[in-house]
Amino acid sequence: MEKMALRERSIAELENMMLELEHRIEDLENASLKGESEHGAELQYLREEQEKIQKEIFSKLTPYDIVKLARHPLRPLSTDYIGFIVEDFVELHGDKRFGDDKAMVCGLGKIDQEKVLIVGHRKGKSTKDRIACNFGMPNPEGYRKALLKMKLAEKFHLPIITLIDTPGANPDIGAEERGQAHAIAESIYEMCQLRTPIINIVIGEGGSGGALGIGIGDKFAILEYAYYSVISPEGCAAILWKNGEKAPVAAKSLQLTAKDLLNLGIVDEVIPEPLGAAHKDPGKTAETMKSYLLKYLHQLKTIPTDTLIENRYNRYRNIGKYLEI
Amino acid sequence: MVFFRKKKDMPNGLWISCDGCKNLVYKKTVEESLSVCPECDYHFRIFSRDRLKLLLDEDSFEEYWPDMTPCNPLNFFDRMSYPERVSADRQKSGLKEAAIVGKGSINGYETMIGITDPAFIMGSMGSVVGEKITRITEKAMEQQLPLVIISGSGGGARMQEGIFSLMQMAKTSAAIAKFQKAGGLYISILTDPSLGGVMASFASLADITIAEPKALIGFAGPRVIQETIKRTLPGNFQRAEFLLEHGFLDMIVHRKNMKNEISRLIEYLHVSQ
Repeated sequence: MEKMALRERSIAELENMMLELEHRIEDLENASLKGESEHGAELQYLREEQEKIQKEIFSKLTPYDIVKLARHPLRPLSTDYIGFIVEDFVELHGDKRFGDDKAMVCGLGKIDQEKVLIVGHRKGKSTKDRIACNFGMPNPEGYRKALLKMKLAEKFHLPIITLIDTPGANPDIGAEERGQAHAIAESIYEMCQLRTPIINIVIGEGGSGGALGIGIGDKFAILEYAYYSVISPEGCAAILWKNGEKAPVAAKSLQLTAKDLLNLGIVDEVIPEPLGAAHKDPGKTAETMKSYLLKYLHQLKTIPTDTLIENRYNRYRNIGKYLEI
Repeated sequence: MVFFRKKKDMPNGLWISCDGCKNLVYKKTVEESLSVCPECDYHFRIFSRDRLKLLLDEDSFEEYWPDMTPCNPLNFFDRMSYPERVSADRQKSGLKEAAIVGKGSINGYETMIGITDPAFIMGSMGSVVGEKITRITEKAMEQQLPLVIISGSGGGARMQEGIFSLMQMAKTSAAIAKFQKAGGLYISILTDPSLGGVMASFASLADITIAEPKALIGFAGPRVIQETIKRTLPGNFQRAEFLLEHGFLDMIVHRKNMKNEISRLIEYLHVSQ
C-alpha cells in the first residue's frame, strides 16, 4: 500500500522527501562524529531510502525536466571534463582575425597517451565568468577560433574532440555584423572535410546551429541528461504555440532527449550519468566519458583517412525522412 | 527556426503599400516592373515559379523530384498537426514543398538550379528541402554544371521535423563542400528573407554570394535580437546593404539585371572539363 502511495507522488514532493532525508542523515552523521551515539543501522536505512527515492525521481523525469537538468547550475562544464580527463592541457586562444571568444575553449592535451585537440563551448563557473563567457553563447570569432585550431589539428594529425554545451550562438548586433551565419556555415563545411578523426559529445545543452557549428564528426555521443534540439523548447513554444509556457509540451514534441536521439538514429551512443545526474559525481561521469573517448580514439585511428571522410559524408547524407511517390 | 516580422500579402486593391518605403504605389506599375517598387526599388517577394521564369531561358526548366513529400517523423502536433500544416500551405502557395530544384539554362548556360520559397512554411528546411538541395548539388557535380541556389527562407530549420531538420544543415553543407572541392562553381542568391539554418549552411557557402536590394539576411531574426538586447536595431540592420558593407556579399544585384549578371559570372568562372 505504501509503495502505491509513493508511486503517485510528484517529483516536487519526492524532492522534498529527499531534502528531509538529507537533513536527517546529516544530523545523524554529526552525532556519530561527535561520538554522542551510534546510528549505523539507521543511517544505512536512510541512505537506502534516499537512493530509492532518487531512482524514482529519475524514472519520472519529463523531457523538460531533462532540459532543466542539462542547464543545472552545478552541472559539470567542458572545462571540468578537461580538468578530469586531459593531462598537460595547453589552451590556445584567438581567431587571429578579430578576437578571443571566451565562450569557446580550445587546446592541446593528452588523454592517457593520446594527443588530441579539445574544442568546447565554455559557460563559465562564477557569475563573473559566466558573463565573460556570455553564458556559453559564442560569437563568430568563437567559431573561427575553433576552426583555426581544428585546421591546426588536421595539419599535425591530431584527433579532435568537441564538447558541446551551448544554449545557442549569440543573437546580437555585433554577432550579425561579423557574420554569425557565415562563421557557423564555414565551420560545418570545413569539419565535413577535415582529414583527421573527430568525436563530438553533447555534455549539456545542444542548442541548434550554435551546437552544430562544432558538431560535425565521425562518432557522436550524448550524455544521458543532455539534450540536442533544433530550437529551444521555449523558442518553439513561443513560435508554434504562441505561448512560452507551453515549453514542456514543446520539449516533448521535439524529441530532444538522449534517449529520443538514440531512437531516431542521430547519436551513436548515450553516455550514462551517475544516479542524480552528472553534477552528483562529476569525477565518475568524466571516467565514463574517458573510456568512451579512448575506445573510439583507438578505433578511428585504424580507419584510412579517405574512408573516414567518405563515411563522414554518408553519415549526414543519409539523415532525413521523406517520401517519394 | 527564427522569428520573423509579419508581412502583409499583396491585397487585391489597385494600390499597395510598399514594405520598403511605406508609400502607396500603383499595383499594376509594380507588377510590370518585376514586382519592384518604382519609388524605392524595394523588391517585393515573388513566387519561386515566377523567379525561375525571370532567371531561366524560356521553356528550359526541367524540374527534378517534384513529388518528394515530407513525413511526420516526430508525429509533431502543435496547434495543428504537421501534415495539416503541410496541406494548408500547399493550398495557400500551390507548392508541394518549400524547394523546387531542376536543370535549366541561363542565357544558354546549362545550370543546376535550386530555389526555396518563403510562401511554404516560411521556406524552412526540413528533410525534403535538405534532400533536394543535396541531390541537385550532387547532380551538378556529376554533370559538371554550375549550381545556382536562390534562397528565400524566414524560418531556417523546420521545427516540426526537430533534429532531422537541424541535420539537413550538415547534409547540405557536406554536399556543397564536396562539390566545391571538386572544382564546381556555386552561386548563391539571397532574397528576402534569408535567415537562420539556411543562412548558417548552404546559402552562406557559395563561391559568389549575391543579394537582392534590401533583402533581410542574417542568422538570428530581428525580433529575437531585439528581445534579447532590448535596444532599437540600426536602420538598415541585416539588410543586403548592411551585409555588403560588412563584407559578406560579393554584390547586390537588381532583379532586372540578375539573369545577365549570373550568366556573366558563369562565363568567367565555370570551367567545363
